[in-house]
Amino acid sequence: MSQWTKICKFQDLTPNTGICALFEQEHVAIFYCQRSEQLYAVSNFDPIANASVLSRGIMASLQGEIYVASPLYKQHFNLQTGLCLEAPEHQLKTYLVRKENDEIQLKHAS
Amino acid sequence: MTKQRIIVVGNGMVGHKFIDNIINDEHVDYEVITFSEESRLAYDRVQLSGFFSGKSAEDLALTDADYYNENGIKFVLNDKVVKLDTENNQVVTQSGRIESYDKLILATGSYPFVPPIPGNDQQHCHVYRTIDDLEAITASGKVSKVGVVIGGGLLGLEAANAVKNLGLETHVVEFAPRLMAVQLDQGGGQLLRRKIEDLGVQVHTEKATTEIVAGESCRYRMNFADGTFLETDTIVFSAGIRPQDELARQFGLTVGERGGIVINNYCQTNIENVYAIGECALWENFIFGLVAPGYQMAKVAAGHIKGESLEFTGADMSTKLKLLGIDVASIGEVHGKTPGAQSYTYHDEIEQVYKRLIVSADGTKLVGAVLVGDAQAYGSLLQLLLNDMQLPANPSVLILPSSGEEAGAGLGVEALPDSAAICSCFDVTKGDIKSAVAAGCCSMGDLKDATKASTGCGGCSALAKQVLDSELASLGFEVNNHLCEHFAYSRQELADIVRIKQIKTFDHLLSEHGHGLGCEICKPAVGSILASFWNDYILQDEHMELQDSNDIFLGNIQKDGTYSVVPRIAGGEVTPDKLIVLGEVAKEFDLYTKITGGQRIDLFGAQLHELPIIWQKLIDAGFETGHAYGKSLRTVKSCVGSTWCRYGVKDSASFAIELENRYKGLRSPHKIKFAVSGCTRECAEAQSKDIGVIATDKGWNLYVCGNGGMRPRHGDLFASDLDDQTLIRYVDRLLMFYIRTADRLQRTSVWLENMAGGLNYLKEVVIEDKLSICSELEQAMRDNIDNYQCEWKTTISDPQKLQRFKHFINSDQIDNHLAFKRDRKQRIPATAVKIQKIDVLELTE
Repeated sequence: MSQWTKICKFQDLTPNTGICALFEQEHVAIFYCQRSEQLYAVSNFDPIANASVLSRGIMASLQGEIYVASPLYKQHFNLQTGLCLEAPEHQLKTYLVRKENDEIQLKHAS
Repeated sequence: MTKQRIIVVGNGMVGHKFIDNIINDEHVDYEVITFSEESRLAYDRVQLSGFFSGKSAEDLALTDADYYNENGIKFVLNDKVVKLDTENNQVVTQSGRIESYDKLILATGSYPFVPPIPGNDQQHCHVYRTIDDLEAITASGKVSKVGVVIGGGLLGLEAANAVKNLGLETHVVEFAPRLMAVQLDQGGGQLLRRKIEDLGVQVHTEKATTEIVAGESCRYRMNFADGTFLETDTIVFSAGIRPQDELARQFGLTVGERGGIVINNYCQTNIENVYAIGECALWENFIFGLVAPGYQMAKVAAGHIKGESLEFTGADMSTKLKLLGIDVASIGEVHGKTPGAQSYTYHDEIEQVYKRLIVSADGTKLVGAVLVGDAQAYGSLLQLLLNDMQLPANPSVLILPSSGEEAGAGLGVEALPDSAAICSCFDVTKGDIKSAVAAGCCSMGDLKDATKASTGCGGCSALAKQVLDSELASLGFEVNNHLCEHFAYSRQELADIVRIKQIKTFDHLLSEHGHGLGCEICKPAVGSILASFWNDYILQDEHMELQDSNDIFLGNIQKDGTYSVVPRIAGGEVTPDKLIVLGEVAKEFDLYTKITGGQRIDLFGAQLHELPIIWQKLIDAGFETGHAYGKSLRTVKSCVGSTWCRYGVKDSASFAIELENRYKGLRSPHKIKFAVSGCTRECAEAQSKDIGVIATDKGWNLYVCGNGGMRPRHGDLFASDLDDQTLIRYVDRLLMFYIRTADRLQRTSVWLENMAGGLNYLKEVVIEDKLSICSELEQAMRDNIDNYQCEWKTTISDPQKLQRFKHFINSDQIDNHLAFKRDRKQRIPATAVKIQKIDVLELTE
């Protein structure tokens, strides 16, 4: 079983935006939704634009689901499942993320 | 079962459409192979002239190799089919390739008719049909001063536009007594001529060219039958098309007396498994030289092969187009061939609008119509004709200018029958839209996905939206202009709420007037409204989530995730010292460097961690942010003005700098561009800007709501001979009014076009203060200006904000996906993979 890895301080996050973390050589976008007190972690790599940019997109809720809109071509990726709304053949890898004693931690989903 | 083998000869618009139709069959697999004598796969010939306004061959492409490969379509370019063997079902190409078929589709199109004039085959004589032709015309344009287009029809005028765009003195020579003789009546043709001549294109009618010989002042001289002549350096023939039926003719297919491959209602030729579609086909002795009927034939032929029972039963030849920026439309029969027909004519010589309505003898049905200068009524009139609908009691209302509120007089879409074709590109009827709405479509996005309506030429989008709205309304939906699912308000309503209730944050607005969490539509829109009215630092924590990536990182994101750096160079004026700093910074960080259209310098390829260092250096040298990333004032372009120019009337450069410094940083519904020209020569191209200022000997003329780019619009003259202060006052008011009332991402041009009352109303509000809000608007602008800050200066002095400027929050490593190569001595992205295009619900730029 993999372990939780410390990424950064909780205060390093800006409410309702994303940041990109380096986690075992993978680029992971971590989002913090302050309104629902939820954290999300998905791959930072936009498979449609082929660029490591998703943490820089705007968080969006659409009909109850929470997404990030790619900053390049605006496709929506579901932050819980990683699925692309417009092109479901694309699915981002998702990660487990938690806040533990003011620390943000990541772990591979099993 | 072996697959049916289909050969498509010709990969033009119609040939491609056929393939598209065949691909869409999910039940049967076909083996399809297509041949083209051109070096490219199908491209949009209708938009060909866009090539001269900056579109590349790629922009015009309708398909690409990947799409064909993915769908198993084989294609052979640069190889013409030269032999048909309809007994053995085989074709042979120029290169000797032999292929067999089960079904053969001839989509060979047409070729331009070149009149048999001695001297017509010289080096700088061209035709206008393919991208290669356009490239040849461009090459000639470089070594020419004067260009003549022979043919004043629809394509001829397109060609004239192209020649004019190349900067040549342009002439149109027409054999008939008027322009567009096929589509227009005399009145329409005359007005079109006047408008075209006003644009500086000289029109010569009733001229038959007898020979092209060497010229004296120009390369060639064209001698006319009436003894006159015209000298020119380049000639473009655009005197009509002829069906490309050579193959059919040589190998035993039936062709018409005057050309064209004879087809039946299933688009079959006299040989059952050979079809002809598009401009090469002759149906009921008629060649259809427009793309929509060709698309219909493609659909019918594909349907017939699949076993569907579609038939081609003729097509309407009505057209609407923009020629040299002039709206022209022709509907139905306009040459008085209908016995007893009567007409209504509206002719406004001041605004240069001509509209003629031809109605049946009993006045109840529409026979035809000609519209020049204003073709807004086209959609409604066409529907009246196509659906054989009853005219209103007083048909003249259909062409009379609407008096304010009842804009778009004519018929409500409710009156249309279900069979009414709304989108002719994809053959979508009103009935199709109704069923799509019944099945759950409630936005244009849904509708486009479900029916493809408005995804072709887009000409029907207004009509399709009206049908959609009316259907939704009739099903009891309240048609709304809500910004998104989180706010049940339009942008204008939200702006009013923010302003009147003095709301300063998104959270506040969301909790009191919205619901949910927000999305990428409402967040930037509200961010822009807040910035327009309060002009806080946009990267304050509570505003951060509202900003697009461009605004968060104060740069323009590029396709690989790097950013561009654009410092402000007000009015395009820059000292050598500052220019050197730009060069040094670009060199140090290896940034791709390019001059922009807005007279400044764009440095590309900066990574997040480099941005603050770069900006520190620029700010130290006296630069400030250029807001190239924001929906805000971009640039005020200027000519050098009276300081240097021997023609200059006023000091345009100084005034441009003053205006740019006044409005810099002003957040607005969309980007705003200005220009100031120092004399009527208009070197700053001010009439294509949101705010255009042109010097006169008495002051400044103010033009408003112009646009360049994708949807060009000439600015409207708003006020003349203004002094500096009055002009600034008007601009303050107008921009603030725009900020308050426009939709999100609505440019000033569209804002004005959608404004009830139009330009006159805008003048009443801004100049006459009809709404008594001008002092408020001016105050709002002063507040905004007082709160200006250089966002980069604020950012680099805040260590906490700087933390965001690195790729990883927890590492100093840089993005290892980035790859660069060098081209023409500069560093560019090395991404080899072609970006796959996936439509999204809504695209911002």
